[in-house]
Amino acid sequence: MTLFGYRLPGMSSLIVWGLLWEIVGQSGLTFFVPPLSEVVATLFGVIGTSAFQKALAETAYAFIAGVFFAIVIGIPVGILMGKNRLLDEMLLPWVNVFLSAPLTALVPVLMVLFGFGMKSIIITTTLFGIWIIILNSRAGVKQINRSLLEMAHSFGASPMDAFFKIYFWAALPEILGGVRIGVIRAVKGVIIGQLLISIVGFGALFELYSANFLMAHFWAVLIVLFALAFSISEFLAYLERRVSYYAAKR
Amino acid sequence: MAMSQIKQVVDNTLPESAVSTRNISKNYGDVEALKNLSLEFPRGQLTSLLGPSGCGKTTLLKIIAGLLEPTSGTVEVNGQTVKGPGPDRAFVFQDFALLPWATVLRNVAFGLEMRGVAKSEREAIAEKYIKEVGLAGFEQSYPHELSGGMRQRVGLARALSVDAEVLLMDEPFSAVDEQTRRKFQEDLLSLVQHENKTFIFVTHSIEEAVYVSDQIAILLPRPSRVHEIIRPSNFRSKGVDNIRRDPEYLDIVDEIWASLRTYVE
Amino acid sequence: MPDRALLLKLLSAVILFGAWEIAGHIPISYAFPTFLESMSAMFRMIADGTMIDAYAETLRPLVVGVAISAVLGIAIGLWIGLSNFFDWLFSPIFIVMQAAPLAALIPLLVLAYGIGLTSKVLVVCIMAMPVIVLNTAGAVRNTPESLKEMGRAFLASEPSIILRIIIPAASPVIFAGLRLGISAGFIGAILAELKITPTGVGDIITYSRSIADYPSMYAAIFSIILLAVLFLNLLERTETLLFKGNERGYVSD
Repeated sequence: MTLFGYRLPGMSSLIVWGLLWEIVGQSGLTFFVPPLSEVVATLFGVIGTSAFQKALAETAYAFIAGVFFAIVIGIPVGILMGKNRLLDEMLLPWVNVFLSAPLTALVPVLMVLFGFGMKSIIITTTLFGIWIIILNSRAGVKQINRSLLEMAHSFGASPMDAFFKIYFWAALPEILGGVRIGVIRAVKGVIIGQLLISIVGFGALFELYSANFLMAHFWAVLIVLFALAFSISEFLAYLERRVSYYAAKR
Repeated sequence: MAMSQIKQVVDNTLPESAVSTRNISKNYGDVEALKNLSLEFPRGQLTSLLGPSGCGKTTLLKIIAGLLEPTSGTVEVNGQTVKGPGPDRAFVFQDFALLPWATVLRNVAFGLEMRGVAKSEREAIAEKYIKEVGLAGFEQSYPHELSGGMRQRVGLARALSVDAEVLLMDEPFSAVDEQTRRKFQEDLLSLVQHENKTFIFVTHSIEEAVYVSDQIAILLPRPSRVHEIIRPSNFRSKGVDNIRRDPEYLDIVDEIWASLRTYVE
Repeated sequence: MPDRALLLKLLSAVILFGAWEIAGHIPISYAFPTFLESMSAMFRMIADGTMIDAYAETLRPLVVGVAISAVLGIAIGLWIGLSNFFDWLFSPIFIVMQAAPLAALIPLLVLAYGIGLTSKVLVVCIMAMPVIVLNTAGAVRNTPESLKEMGRAFLASEPSIILRIIIPAASPVIFAGLRLGISAGFIGAILAELKITPTGVGDIITYSRSIADYPSMYAAIFSIILLAVLFLNLLERTETLLFKGNERGYVSD
């Protein structure tokens, strides 16, 4: 988008939407949308409160733990599936099933099996993120150029060498792509977990604010959460671009 | 308009050239793709634009087609200044540009469809040209069911069926294999002979240019300009089978390579 | 061995359901019924009509929400893909929506629209719409340049380039976006039933959990996942059938 010969930066239209929000808020059109200025003012107040920091800490803990398991389990499983045909054929249908299944339906099972606490929320987060990580790691290994492996073999690389110096790096662009999508899904998973399993973290804040009609507070926390989610996703996209330079030239 | 009432023989009013480009320049930002380029394309003949990659030959062809606008300069087709794509020109694309969801018949009839020709009429015309390019029986096939060479025949039939005077061909044979390519070149020669059309043909193959052309314009890059115009004269009449061992053919190929070799990285 | 893939699929299903059966017999948890108990609960509920009534209830917000998302999403996506201005204006919103946990909006939706059908439809919409919009816009923008040039060279008007070249060329990706949108819509529909008010399948899950009828609860969950996966697979098959060869054909192999 160019205006008077200047290229407008990609996300600059959000300023326009912010202004629109302010106008709608000021006009008092609806109780549910307070002016953006009020929301921002509230935001700085809210960030300092212990309730917010507790919510952030709880959410971050569940999220990081969930993503950790998704990555630590997902990548090796994916690589093994890419290397072993039997394993691949046994597991792939299930990975595809869980990739597209409505995982929210599984949350009640987690609740009765693992209780109404942090454990279930972490597992929910992992469940949301892991399948795409497996699938992409598998795809990454599958597309490795055969001549690259034959090259390693002919230069006398040991299996360990081949794994760490060839497989991992050659599949890295796809793996990182999977991790990025997996992490975005995990963000959604952690919030869904908090809303459904036990009302803790941001889920508790949202319930509290909406029950007490604190709309500015509600939107303030929502903005923080969305901004965090968006930053994480952009950061991972940046990492992915850093390695994708060689993905194009294989 | 008193001037136009002066009687003239029709043939004389038409310029000798079917297409002429006058002082064409094209800049992309600070990069000069074409600079001050003037060329004449004789009616009824095939002119090749030959040059190393990056010499702007495809850019020039697309400017003639009206797909790109020159930064300065004009293109004239039959004395009319080109302002955009027109019914007097048809384009054959390097990557074929076939609609993958449409049958061969619909692809070939596409140009006529866009001109508002009725369905039965345009299909009859399309069928005729499908037969002419040797694809009879494939009318209901889809592009992905055809080989690369057959796909380009579809592209050629599409361009022929709109019956434009000028045929613009952008490296049409570069994506087909060597043997198909030779067959194409022979077919192209007979096409030039039998259809009264003007052909403008972009290629990066020296042999191909010398083989098929009545006139070869050699373009050089940085800044892009016309280096030389060669008009092979003697071997054209000796028949397709003898061209490749004709001494003049071989000399011209050598001569062109000598002037181009310094530009090849 | 032509049926190797199928055999292995069956084998892995037998292993998984077998493990479920054994785990239920140990049992690993008082709340973990065996596979066979769950299946018989499912067939019982199908036979007595409970399941059918429940799905009629569950599928309503899903179908309405997905229909709205599809129509609106494709329209907005086309608009974004065709106009630089709308791309600049709307893309950031949908990019943020795609990355953000929109489930957080549910308490607000309930506050604004109550606990009825409207809220549930909206939950499905906010889940399904972003991917439909972004896929459509991306597909439109990625129409091969040479196809558009071909259209212009053969004197196609601007509307017929859109109608006869851009939209058909984009339709495989648009369709894939729809499939992903429906998949997200399923998540939204179940989320709405579990979070807002228990109705339909969500009601079976919540109610049977409260009376500790775990086989019924597992059966309901099993059925909704099965339904979603079967439906999405069917869509994917249709997709490959419908757009066979669409990806190829304009470039040399």
